[in-house]
Amino acid sequence: MSATLLEARNLCISFGGVQAADGIDLDVRDGERLAIIGPNGAGKTTFLNICTGYLTPAAGSVRFRGHDITALAPRTITRMGIARAFQSPQLFHEQCVIDNLLLAAAARERAWNPFRPLRERPERDEMVALLELFGLAEYAASMVDELPEGTRKLIDIAVALALRPQLLLMDEPTSGVSSLEKFRIMDLLVNALAVQGVTSVFVEHDMEMVERYADRVAVWSSGRIQSVGPPDQVLTDPAVMRDVIGV
Amino acid sequence: MRLVRFLPAVLVLAVALLPLAVPWLKIILTVALAKGLAVLGVVVLLRAGQVSFGHAMFFAASAYSAAFLMQGFGGMDLAVLLLAGTVCSGAMGAVIGLFVVRYRYIFFGMLNLAFSMVLYALLEKMFHVTGGSDGMAVGRPTYFGFELARTAFETALFYTSLVLAGAACWCVHRFLRSPLGEALSAIRTNETRLEYLGISARRVLLIAYVLSAALAGLGGTVIAVNQGVVTPDLGYWIRSGEFVFIAILGGAGNVLGAFAGALVYELVRFYAAAMAADVWQMILGFVLLGIILFASRGFVGLYQDLVAVAAPGRPGRERGRKR
Ligand SMILES: Nc1ncnc2c1ncn2[C@@H]1O[C@H](COP(=O)(O)OP(=O)(O)OP(=O)(O)O)[C@@H](O)[C@H]1O
Ligand SMILES: [Mg+2]
Repeated sequence: MSATLLEARNLCISFGGVQAADGIDLDVRDGERLAIIGPNGAGKTTFLNICTGYLTPAAGSVRFRGHDITALAPRTITRMGIARAFQSPQLFHEQCVIDNLLLAAAARERAWNPFRPLRERPERDEMVALLELFGLAEYAASMVDELPEGTRKLIDIAVALALRPQLLLMDEPTSGVSSLEKFRIMDLLVNALAVQGVTSVFVEHDMEMVERYADRVAVWSSGRIQSVGPPDQVLTDPAVMRDVIGV
Repeated sequence: MRLVRFLPAVLVLAVALLPLAVPWLKIILTVALAKGLAVLGVVVLLRAGQVSFGHAMFFAASAYSAAFLMQGFGGMDLAVLLLAGTVCSGAMGAVIGLFVVRYRYIFFGMLNLAFSMVLYALLEKMFHVTGGSDGMAVGRPTYFGFELARTAFETALFYTSLVLAGAACWCVHRFLRSPLGEALSAIRTNETRLEYLGISARRVLLIAYVLSAALAGLGGTVIAVNQGVVTPDLGYWIRSGEFVFIAILGGAGNVLGAFAGALVYELVRFYAAAMAADVWQMILGFVLLGIILFASRGFVGLYQDLVAVAAPGRPGRERGRKR
């Protein structure tokens, strides 16, 4: 059994009466792909927000490779090796795609020479290669806000990967693309994760995707984890089918 | 119409040669360059989408530091004054910056205004130290070791300012294209992503703030020795507003906009004040209205449009960047 990378214990947080996290316990193992499923408002994004320091839980703790990261700022957690892609893409919309990636690479390398242009960074080829993994190299010079939502979501993931994280958290990575394209894009994504050897957690609504791409799946329901395990076991559990999948 | 491409170079040359033809203009041109340096500071912050309505405090701080040094030592060299003024403003920027970089937009602007009002009040009320609203006289410093006569000094100061302006433009231009400068504009577009790259938005803004304060300081020293007197008016909020006005007039998209704006502003002000004393502010007001309504990228934007018209199909300089 592989080592635990991220360890969440008894996370609790509520927003004006809504218990968005109500005693969440979850381990993310080194090297795995963990899917999170659950109905709208179950607290999936909230969990990612707590793990990355965007929200501080009322109770509980998060440990990453043994270090307590519960009350740290997002930038500190990012520097420790957790990157994040968002439910709605967070990019620098007045800069072109490659500049978005290069800024991530410069942040990773802590390259702050004030007289050396970002565009002359030596990581440029590496970033183009990263775009190629997603089949997006042709958009390198495009302005971010000229691209469709699905493409921007992939670029958001590429930006996160440009940081060379150990753990990548993704919030519905394929939600912006047509269902026909989903598998093709997920194949690209999984390949990109494998190339870098990144452990990943992804929130997903499509059960087919979970079955095909997740090593384990955690089922969220009203701020709690209802069950966790391999997809073939969890997704056939009658309680899960009733509460989450709705059959 | 390739010639349009050389317009900036021609203008710089014209400014450099103008004082030879019209000697008395050099005082005004030096004022314009000094203000241009402060405006450049404002332009740096505009990159992050932040407007400081108090930047004249750094202008005044370094002007007074020059006055104190001249008075305290009974004379000083220009090089020392420039260095001391810049360092002094930069240090003040670091301290004030610790507070203001926590805020954005209207709060950022107003907090800067508040600090500048405090400084203004101090300069005016501490009569026995600062001379109150009469200010302090600033003698003529030596020029890199040489004692110069008045006209010679004015000429030397003008060309020194021109070189400083050029150096400042180059440095800021490079800075804005460096990862730090790109992170600065990312503060305007997506601070959340910036934090999630592991970059502290506050620290980036603080560095920019210190740079912008130092630039205002450089300009402040120039204006102090150019005028031979410093008064609290140098730090008044109207002066801060003027810097923002010029930044918009010139266009914040390019470092040259700061100086183009400052030169036009000073020349219009000078001639309009002489020929139409009662309405010159109205004239400037209409010019700014026109700029905001029809050319929101300022003089620089107008020039870039001109280049695009003269050489269609050529990629613009600002390719891959929209503002
Ligand atoms: N910052 C916040 N302030 C107030 N309420 C919040 C906040 N964040 C989340 N909530 C609430 O907490 C609950 C869980 O929200 P969360 O975004 O985590 O759900 P989710 O599982 O990601 O849902 P979806 O599938 O719609 O993305 C919701 O009721 C939401 O309204
Ligand atoms: Mg969500």
